[in-house]
Amino acid sequence: MSFIAIENVFFSYDSTDGGQPVKNAVDGVTLSVEKGEFVAVIGHNGCGKSTLAKHLNAMLLPDSGKVIVDGDDTSDENKTWDIREKVGLVLQNPDNQLVASIVEEDVAFGPENLGVEPSEIRRRVDEALKAVDMYHYRHHAPHKLSGGQKQRVAIAGILAIQPQCIVLDEPTAMLDPNGREEVMTTLHRLNREMGMTVVLITHYMDEAVSADRVVVMDSGRVLTQGTPEEVFSQVELLKKHRLDVPQAAELVFRLIGRGLHVDHIPLSEGDCVNMLGEVLQ
Amino acid sequence: MSAVLELKNLSFVYGKGTPFEKKAVNNVSLSINKGEFVGIIGHTGSGKSTLVQMLNGLITPSEGQVILDGRDIWSDPKQIRQIRFRVGMVFQYPEYQLFEETVYKDISFGAQNRGYTGEELDTAIRKAAEFTGLRPELLDKSPFDLSGGEKRRAAIAGVIAMNPEVLILDEPTAGLDPMGREILLSQIMNYHQEKGTTVLLVSHSMEDIARVADRIIVMNQGRLEMFDETKAVFSHGSDLEQIGLKVPQITKIMQALKAKGIEVPDDILTVDEALEVLSSLLKKEGKLW
Amino acid sequence: MVRDVAFGQYFPGKSLIHKLDPRAKMVCFIAFIILIFFTFNYASLGIVAAFTAFIIIAGGISFKFYFKSLKMILFVVLITSLLNLFYGSGEPIWQWWIIKLTWAGIHRAAFVTVRIICLILASSALTFTTSPTELTDAIERLLKPLSAIHFPVHEIAMMMSLALRFVPTLLEETDKIMQAQRARGADMDSGNLLKRVKSLIPILIPLFVSAFRRAYDIATAMECRCYRGGAGRTRMKILRMQTRDYFSFVTTALMIGGVVVCNILLTSVI
Repeated sequence: MSFIAIENVFFSYDSTDGGQPVKNAVDGVTLSVEKGEFVAVIGHNGCGKSTLAKHLNAMLLPDSGKVIVDGDDTSDENKTWDIREKVGLVLQNPDNQLVASIVEEDVAFGPENLGVEPSEIRRRVDEALKAVDMYHYRHHAPHKLSGGQKQRVAIAGILAIQPQCIVLDEPTAMLDPNGREEVMTTLHRLNREMGMTVVLITHYMDEAVSADRVVVMDSGRVLTQGTPEEVFSQVELLKKHRLDVPQAAELVFRLIGRGLHVDHIPLSEGDCVNMLGEVLQ
Repeated sequence: MSAVLELKNLSFVYGKGTPFEKKAVNNVSLSINKGEFVGIIGHTGSGKSTLVQMLNGLITPSEGQVILDGRDIWSDPKQIRQIRFRVGMVFQYPEYQLFEETVYKDISFGAQNRGYTGEELDTAIRKAAEFTGLRPELLDKSPFDLSGGEKRRAAIAGVIAMNPEVLILDEPTAGLDPMGREILLSQIMNYHQEKGTTVLLVSHSMEDIARVADRIIVMNQGRLEMFDETKAVFSHGSDLEQIGLKVPQITKIMQALKAKGIEVPDDILTVDEALEVLSSLLKKEGKLW
Repeated sequence: MVRDVAFGQYFPGKSLIHKLDPRAKMVCFIAFIILIFFTFNYASLGIVAAFTAFIIIAGGISFKFYFKSLKMILFVVLITSLLNLFYGSGEPIWQWWIIKLTWAGIHRAAFVTVRIICLILASSALTFTTSPTELTDAIERLLKPLSAIHFPVHEIAMMMSLALRFVPTLLEETDKIMQAQRARGADMDSGNLLKRVKSLIPILIPLFVSAFRRAYDIATAMECRCYRGGAGRTRMKILRMQTRDYFSFVTTALMIGGVVVCNILLTSVI
């Protein structure tokens, strides 16, 4: 069975608007996340991806349908805190999720809430800060850090809860290119080295390219999903919904349209250069 | 071509005389022509934000001069507010500055401060809303009821309505999704072409800059690293990478092909350009018809 | 800039004062504040002043920050001491028009000035050497007995620590909003009082809106991190009283004793 199973979920923010039918923010989504997977969910603002993210740790409950996390239904109130221990959620604005005036005390916040023993909290905090490469900053004040550093501390704060899955809702939207790279490197390392399940909600196509699986959402529904190669080779579909495509993929796609014969659509620069190099030499 | 903005040996030092003293902008001299679209790039902390805030007198230079239309903007410090109308500045995440009851009133704030009244004011507001693609019916709404993208455009309209001669935008597309980014960028482009306003665009997105800028200012550690035509700047791919900047993916692909000995230019900026170059090459080789 | 505020800042360090248990610091501080107002003669005033000097030196933080805090209240000190100076009763030693100078007035002015300065310096020393988290921690633990009568001790401490965490963030934000409104020609530095108050609206409204938005985000983030009130919470840092903390109690007690003895043996000057 999947670690997270989303079964035909519908959700709207005010479902009782004078009896008028309102547009659903999530409009019939069925999706699963396996243990150890790196899943990227992309789509425009307002496509329902953030709303969906909040369903994964019982911050929101479906109007209809079910979300099952590790065998537990999120609508079971007795399981709410178990679920939040298993699935950690990192939000977009790094400033607004750091609650203490010192980095290490902020990271300790989660385990403190869970009533963990002091010595064990200390161990988890140190470990989490090392995992995101922020151990040297443990005595710093959060407001003096760069955006990328703040977001890594926020990730450490979730890691200290020791979840099995970490969901990130546009964690890089407010960061500069360096900060984005720091966060992405960290996430891939956590996925690879600790086997952490990662669900990354983003609107940056280049961040999705490096995931195991890409889910594209539009108007509250899943438009398409598959490996990055499968998804981004559907250049036409993505362009129609005005989503970004790697320039490498777009170039080769359009060359194919003009009659070029190649076996696949490249996503990375390197792949594209090799392919065109071979054709042209 | 006549210069609209001239910077002469411009420097700015933070925390002068304290242990935290830092030269944020170091001896920058350059001149920007009337009607140009200039991109400004550099990684965080390169001094680009400090530089642009000196252009409309929000920050007083430690040394050097900012010359607007032949006059030092600090020649009469009492008149510095007038400079801010002439050099309009849109900050990062400008939607956080909205405060009025209606979008219309909020857009009017700057224009009214400039002294516009009556019909002149109304025209300025409606024109600005049109340029930023705000539908007229939105003008009577509260700015806090708009969507994220609409708020952003309302805030930009608030600066455009002052009819500045130079418009500076600091990361106007930050946080927007690809569609929002594209729409906003073409609106800025359109405004620039129709009004002939000089535009300075600070951005982290090389793809965006490559699409719109005539010339590019590259800042690094407070110094002016490069100031040249867009194509010329991006043809220095490895130099840019050395100071922590990237070139658009398509430019990189074409530069890598050239390094492999294939006859392509190294200053390609868009997929369209690359497509044409490669198509004609492939046709010559008989791989396309 | 709004950010240059010395009062209430924390400077990390390793001095004896830094290392004291925040609860001990808090208790001694409160005792000291009360004591300041029980100085009725120069000997006890001297003891209090000497103690203030001792904690400043032992805290190891540059004097210039203390001067900064003093500068902020210079005006208050001047006004109160002048008022006291000229409102003493008794035989005037110098008189001009309605202003008369008496020995009682001079004494009173001297006492008020020294007391306020000691008060400010001691509070500065406390905040300079104690991190905001330590302070709120100390308050939470000292007030803990009150939760028996349903006083929301944990909630108040949590509110305080969140407030302290977000003060710098909000200051930075205020700065940004001010710059943005200045760029739209807002004039905040001239005009009469009414005009100046009105010119604050474009700053205060965005600030409130953003504070509410932040509050909502923070609450969500706290829930995501399993926060559900004070019940069942543990803390990473356990506070344990050590020899130096008992030493601080003894020192404070001796000082209180000294002041009491001086008050009994010597006649009051004011």
